[in-house]
Amino acid sequence: MATVTFDKATRQYPGNPTPSVDKLDLDIADGEFLVLVGPSGCGKSTSLRMLAGLEEVNGGRILIGDRDVTNLSPKDRDVAMVFQNYALYPHMSVAENMGFALKIAGVDKTEIDRRVKDAAKVLDLTQYLERKPKALSGGQRQRVAMGRAIVRSPQVFLMDEPLSNLDAKLRVQTRTQIAALQRRLGVTTVYVTHDQTEAMTMGDRIAVLKDGLLQQVATPREMYDAPVNVFVAGFIGSPAMNLVTVPVTQDGIKFGTHALQIDRAQLSGLGSSAIVGVRPEDVELTTNPDGLALTVEAVEEMGADAYVYAVPQDKSITLDGSGEGALAKPFIARTDGRKPPMKGSTIYVYPKADHLHVFNPADGLRVN
Amino acid sequence: MALEITSAATDPAMFDLPWSIPLEDWPAEHLAALPRGISRHVVRFVRHGGTVIAVKEIKADLARREYAMLRALGRLDLPCVKPLGVVTGRETLDGMPLDACLVTTHLQFSLPYRALYSQVLRPDTDARLVDALAALLVKLHLAGFWWGDVSLSNTLFRRDAGAFAAYLVDAETGELHAELSDGQREHDLEIARVNIAGELMDLQAGGYLEEGTDPVGTSSQIVARYRSLWSELTGVERFETGDRWRIDERIRRLNALGFDVDELAMSTDVGGTTIQIQPKVVDAGHHSRRLLRLTGLDVEENQARRLLNDLDSYRAALDRLGDSEEIVAHDWLTRVYEPTVAAVPREFAGKLEAAEIFHEVLEHRWYMSERAGYDIPIEWAVADYVHWVLPNKPDERSILGVDTVAMPVLAWDDDEAEPRQTR
Repeated sequence: MATVTFDKATRQYPGNPTPSVDKLDLDIADGEFLVLVGPSGCGKSTSLRMLAGLEEVNGGRILIGDRDVTNLSPKDRDVAMVFQNYALYPHMSVAENMGFALKIAGVDKTEIDRRVKDAAKVLDLTQYLERKPKALSGGQRQRVAMGRAIVRSPQVFLMDEPLSNLDAKLRVQTRTQIAALQRRLGVTTVYVTHDQTEAMTMGDRIAVLKDGLLQQVATPREMYDAPVNVFVAGFIGSPAMNLVTVPVTQDGIKFGTHALQIDRAQLSGLGSSAIVGVRPEDVELTTNPDGLALTVEAVEEMGADAYVYAVPQDKSITLDGSGEGALAKPFIARTDGRKPPMKGSTIYVYPKADHLHVFNPADGLRVN
Repeated sequence: MALEITSAATDPAMFDLPWSIPLEDWPAEHLAALPRGISRHVVRFVRHGGTVIAVKEIKADLARREYAMLRALGRLDLPCVKPLGVVTGRETLDGMPLDACLVTTHLQFSLPYRALYSQVLRPDTDARLVDALAALLVKLHLAGFWWGDVSLSNTLFRRDAGAFAAYLVDAETGELHAELSDGQREHDLEIARVNIAGELMDLQAGGYLEEGTDPVGTSSQIVARYRSLWSELTGVERFETGDRWRIDERIRRLNALGFDVDELAMSTDVGGTTIQIQPKVVDAGHHSRRLLRLTGLDVEENQARRLLNDLDSYRAALDRLGDSEEIVAHDWLTRVYEPTVAAVPREFAGKLEAAEIFHEVLEHRWYMSERAGYDIPIEWAVADYVHWVLPNKPDERSILGVDTVAMPVLAWDDDEAEPRQTR
């Protein structure tokens, strides 16, 4: 087991004007489950492959423990890519299926036996070790395949979108199992996904990337409560955070008729407008004319809660911070499922004071 | 949802297959072989208008991706199975959606490695298979293809004048890049080494491997074979300006390995005393292209080499070295090759490919001549061969097999709700 360090690691493909991964600095703790997440093309897979040794590093270094692996061949790095499909061999027992790669590596028999038994214990396969794969259920076979990676006891597990081919239900089931198994094994793991829910539910910490640049590394909680910029704010959380561009006056930020209380010093850095972020569950919703006036377009009743989809009546107010897609993207508020507002009615919304996110439209950075 | 077939070849008969039935339940009347073994996906070999097609049930996006990948590899002229189409929008008669299907043509006279091991083998079969796979991997890597799942089971082998020619069957994990990094190539090699050792150990456990065969040793040969071929094809060579014959020599060596050099980078040092050369673009198929140009015969590389050798001796024996090569080739084709192949009775046509039979007849003639102490005419050799040797050979035109037991490393829980796609 080991720490992993990206030290200004850079990957630029020949012919590309910008790096795919740009001076990535990232320290991953021993035993940590770190998730690299971001939209397609953000550099998450490239980062993982740099660590695996599949992509050349054009600048900076990568360390596993205190060993500089930047120029080592993949097989000399002591990492296991767990995203491949493993074959199971019909004539070999479960124990042989799990241990044969060690035999190839020249590990002696007693050591192979010991590692196979340990892995079998973790995977609840002890009683099946002498059986052939045919005599196992589908689920057990999957665990044998996983055992192949575990017995190698690599310093780091690497997983590249391992759930992307599963259907939704199985994906949920499996992500819990991978996370639980990782915690039992305590092996440092780097996991790549484009799915922020997967990232939030699995990672000890999450690293969000965009355009080859690291945006933020934090625990899921920190990431959710204090995104460092508009991109992270909009990317993490489902349904996504509402991001509303509103005017800034001398009295503060005007969220419709509601003045948002914010530190003077923070206010001074802003120009004439601010992007206010509010998560659907942090919306104060009222019929009194206090806040931003919205027209309800749809209500989704979930039982205990309801999601209200609404659009600003003042058409100069843009959502999502970008000014584009304001029509396509409604404001979403979570409310009591027993008395949701009617479709077509007017509501007023403003952020709860202690769950307020304010970003500077100039650079997208958080100001509060 | 409407059934949708994306296919390069317009083949309306494809609609007639029972797409509304899960592939594993397809009625036996459609199947060309009984399903054996278990694999990651359901795969069936299906009779379809006089040919055999392979149908793999798989998620739609994966099917489309693999279809596009196989097409791309085909355009690059790399040896792989031919994709026929993708069938999406499948549903059962009561409206339950079914996974998509990827359809490929079955490669005639190809042999899955497990089928080879169920026959009596020449002693160095594993080495020859590994050689063929190493050559395939080099070709794929030169084209920028990273395979990700190199193994004997993801490869089909065709006999090639005593050796084997390897074809890629499964491109599911593959990626096509402008160029591969050393790390990507090394990773593929490591995957190959581990998978091949595993596959041979499995044969050993099943009692199919000869005593004394060493799976680990054999599998590490792929690394050595790959490296020597790679460095011959891409390595930089330096020599004194006076030794310019070494350029021709390098090209001859590459030709002998079956490659043509399309582009060679040459430079001198500052003082102009040494020359440095490096092949930049090489194309496999040196002999098969030449044979195709001369005779129209489309055969594997070693077969082509064998046929060209025979053509050359024909030319020398008839003292026609002054005649144009094309004219002699035409005569050889109509007077030697075609009569030999035509001497094989129709009922044995499914045993071996014509070019492979021709190669075997040449071998047979050599042994007959050695025994007799004088040159045996090819007519006698083919008659003897058809009488004594060919009838005992198995039919290899349509050997089918799905034997891999592979699955993703996920979803290891649930015995109750076994998902179809991870089977």
